[in-house]
Amino acid sequence: MLGKLDWSAIPFDQPIPLIAGAVVLVGILAVLIWVVVKGHLPYLWHEWITSVDHKRIGVMYILLASVMLLRGGSDAIMMRIQQAVAYQSQGYLPPEHYNQIFSAHGTIMIFFVAMPFVIGLMNLVVPLQLGVRDVAFPTLNSVGFWLTATGALLVNLSLVIGEFARTGWLAFPPLSELSYSPGVGVDYYAWSLQISGVGTLVAGINLVTTVLKLRTKGMNYLRMPMFCWTTLASNLLIVAAFPILTATLAMLLLDRYLGFHFFTNEAGGNVMMFMNLIWAWGHPEVYILVLPAFGIFSEVVSTFSGKALFGYRSMVLATMAICIISFMVWLHHFFTMGAGPDVNAIFGIASMIIAIPTGVKIYNWLFTMYGGRIRFETPMLWSIGFMVTFIVGGLTGVLLAVPPADFMLHNSMFLVAHFHNVIIGGVLFGAFAGFEYWFPKAFGFRLDERWGKLAFWFTFLGFFITFVPLYIAGMLGMTRRMQHYDVAAWRPWMIVAAVGMAVLTIGVICQIMQIVVSIRNREALRDRTGDPWDGRSLEWATSSPPPVFNFAFDPDVRGEDAYWDLKAHAKRQSLEHEPPEYHDIEMPRNSPTGFVCAFFATIMGFALIWHIWWMVILGGLGAWATFVVFAWRDHDEYVIPADEVARIDRVSIEDRRNLVSMAGSV
Amino acid sequence: MNLLDPQGPVAAANSTILVDSVFIMLAIVVPTIVAILVFAFWFRASNPKARFQPDFVYSGRVEMVVWAIPALTVILLGGVAWIGSHQLDPAAPVPGTGSPVRIQAVSLDWKWLFIYPDQRIATVNTLTVPAGAELNFQLTSSSVMNVFFIPQLGSMIYTMNGMVTKLNLRADSEGKLHGLSAHFSGDGFPDMMFDVNVISPLAFPDWVAATAKSDAVLNEESYKKLMQQGVEKGRPVYRLDDPRLFDLIATQHIPPGPGPELISDAGRPHSGGHDAR
Repeated sequence: MLGKLDWSAIPFDQPIPLIAGAVVLVGILAVLIWVVVKGHLPYLWHEWITSVDHKRIGVMYILLASVMLLRGGSDAIMMRIQQAVAYQSQGYLPPEHYNQIFSAHGTIMIFFVAMPFVIGLMNLVVPLQLGVRDVAFPTLNSVGFWLTATGALLVNLSLVIGEFARTGWLAFPPLSELSYSPGVGVDYYAWSLQISGVGTLVAGINLVTTVLKLRTKGMNYLRMPMFCWTTLASNLLIVAAFPILTATLAMLLLDRYLGFHFFTNEAGGNVMMFMNLIWAWGHPEVYILVLPAFGIFSEVVSTFSGKALFGYRSMVLATMAICIISFMVWLHHFFTMGAGPDVNAIFGIASMIIAIPTGVKIYNWLFTMYGGRIRFETPMLWSIGFMVTFIVGGLTGVLLAVPPADFMLHNSMFLVAHFHNVIIGGVLFGAFAGFEYWFPKAFGFRLDERWGKLAFWFTFLGFFITFVPLYIAGMLGMTRRMQHYDVAAWRPWMIVAAVGMAVLTIGVICQIMQIVVSIRNREALRDRTGDPWDGRSLEWATSSPPPVFNFAFDPDVRGEDAYWDLKAHAKRQSLEHEPPEYHDIEMPRNSPTGFVCAFFATIMGFALIWHIWWMVILGGLGAWATFVVFAWRDHDEYVIPADEVARIDRVSIEDRRNLVSMAGSV
Repeated sequence: MNLLDPQGPVAAANSTILVDSVFIMLAIVVPTIVAILVFAFWFRASNPKARFQPDFVYSGRVEMVVWAIPALTVILLGGVAWIGSHQLDPAAPVPGTGSPVRIQAVSLDWKWLFIYPDQRIATVNTLTVPAGAELNFQLTSSSVMNVFFIPQLGSMIYTMNGMVTKLNLRADSEGKLHGLSAHFSGDGFPDMMFDVNVISPLAFPDWVAATAKSDAVLNEESYKKLMQQGVEKGRPVYRLDDPRLFDLIATQHIPPGPGPELISDAGRPHSGGHDAR
């Protein structure tokens, strides 16, 4: 009846996951009860859960990423404490628990923090920057988000029901095969990623289509803001790479469920094929994450320097070069597999070539600052912090691309320090910069600067205090994923790294404080202009938060930095005099399709993990039926009458007019 | 286990390339970081002396330089990578004094087995080698992947079931080194550390002779016992029964090692966790 599921799946003997799970459960229940009792449920259902508005979906992606950041961060704290104490002892985490923690940490941070954060920011901002009313496929967008949330839910469910994978975040076979990992951990891992992978793929298709097909009048490719370019590059990579992940995990699942032999030791299975396939996805994946971050920095550096981006065309070229080359370097993840000198050297050099366009980007940001008037508000601090940090990560990355150096450093703590250097210093700093930068646009008030700056400094310093020791430990021969060790020379560095982790934690607390304080002071921080940073692109041309239709009129773009031009233009010609003529606007109707589909996908995923076959069929049929109901819909759009558009638009127009005349005086 | 304190020619060459590459890159990285901080500071909005040049958004000369600097660095480092990967290919010979020693390493769950086919002996978690001689490693795995790595001797290499990888090393001075597995392989993974005793070439035959007197014999039967999941705290040594044992493992004539025993059907298998503790 319940497949493999019985009471022994609940870890009554392990207090840490049990208490953690209980705390999370109580937290969720408390929020739910509060929502229901306060009568917020209809609001949540109509305005958020069933919303197909790209801005709302973007915010929900970022909320998911933030919650999961706390989960992944807790894992990181536990790992740092374990390695600080587990010298010549077992520490406080037994191997079967520690191994789940580092596997979950990697999986969560990449798939459920970094990915939703950047996809959320792209969703929120790109249609606004392109001057359009929504993404290409609004309901599909909602489906993509909810399927990602399903994946996150399943990963967290493994905390209290069963176990998570103990194989590392890429689940290398044969360790991840049934014979060496007979538990449900790898199944939780694989099904979570399969389901959320579908979500990511549809998000990618949606955003590629949006950038290619939905641009406002005059927004030709070479007038798009840099963030739109990096979004295009990143989502092209998603469309090309995520099917590889899906196929690879499907083969692993066939091995585990139906006795196939793709990657087993026996019957001609080949583990090296898994290595190649997973990295053929895995290497583009890091560029999927970091390219949007590069776009965010381009916007922020340009805005806060009061200048257009230096070398715009060069930046476009560099972005697309990275997009293409990133597909041709995957082998550098396993130089030590004995591929031979020619193969190693060629992939090593290809990997280094990516450093050229990346270096160009750094220099272009540098020259954007040159001759600017730089305002050190929080987004700019994150950007400068990123430039300094990321260069160090780039250096160690190119070092690892030199095969003889990699022969000493592969899989070491040095490698761990390197990829945290580029993912924290690149992606996370970028996500935070984007969060601070676009928060006023999404919610209509700014974030508190003082707490924001504190968060930056603690995170920036905490990063170096945590990861410089890991670089050093790697140079001392320490390999990754050690649950305990006996080498005295490693110990001091592990203790320093744990201290660094504490500093990073203070950074996260400051970040939370910033949001709390800002919400409490929201009236004082209110942005009535729609353009709190003196911005340059079209998202600042509408009110904060933007109306559901984004723009009352299709903006007409005449050059790069569309809104900046508009402001300069307005100064010269005074403002639009004649009252504009408003038209009816058609917008897509809300739809519960995404939520209902994800609900059934959750049931199906859970049932697949536990071999509850009747429930698999139930979930599958439910998800399919949801799709059919959606496909047979009669009305998918509603009309906002011109009067209503006019009313909404006039509310903010006076404030913005004042601002435009002020900005023109610069 | 310091990588910058190499005890053999391979490690020495690897770490020289490592250090040289870092310095080549620092030559452009340090000025760039300094420029970022200086530009950011000088062009702060509150500095009246800084000249505001909002139209400085393109310069062919600057573009040329910013593409050229990283490109030239990569050309230089690419040369280092090309030559380095050829000279330091793990399978390339590393000439030494005296006759080479053949060692067949097998990663087990969770210990290292070292077979000396020519000496007809085998050891677990201890690798004893003569200083100065070329060491020819052939490596495979009894079950999951591992990476064989002696940090102070140089290059690491994967071990995989059903496949043989090759690695040549040399240890130049006598002493005790440490080796480990550099690829996560399950619950007992951190206990896959092994000792490397580098002894004088003159003492090596004596050590071989002493080891060959061991009561324990390594054959298919005792190997199958050894490959069960578990951590080996001792340092057992064996007389080798059949010098073709390694080939039988690598060609899967001896089937791959078993995984954990499943006592609970639900999700949480009981693995070698007991031994690991």
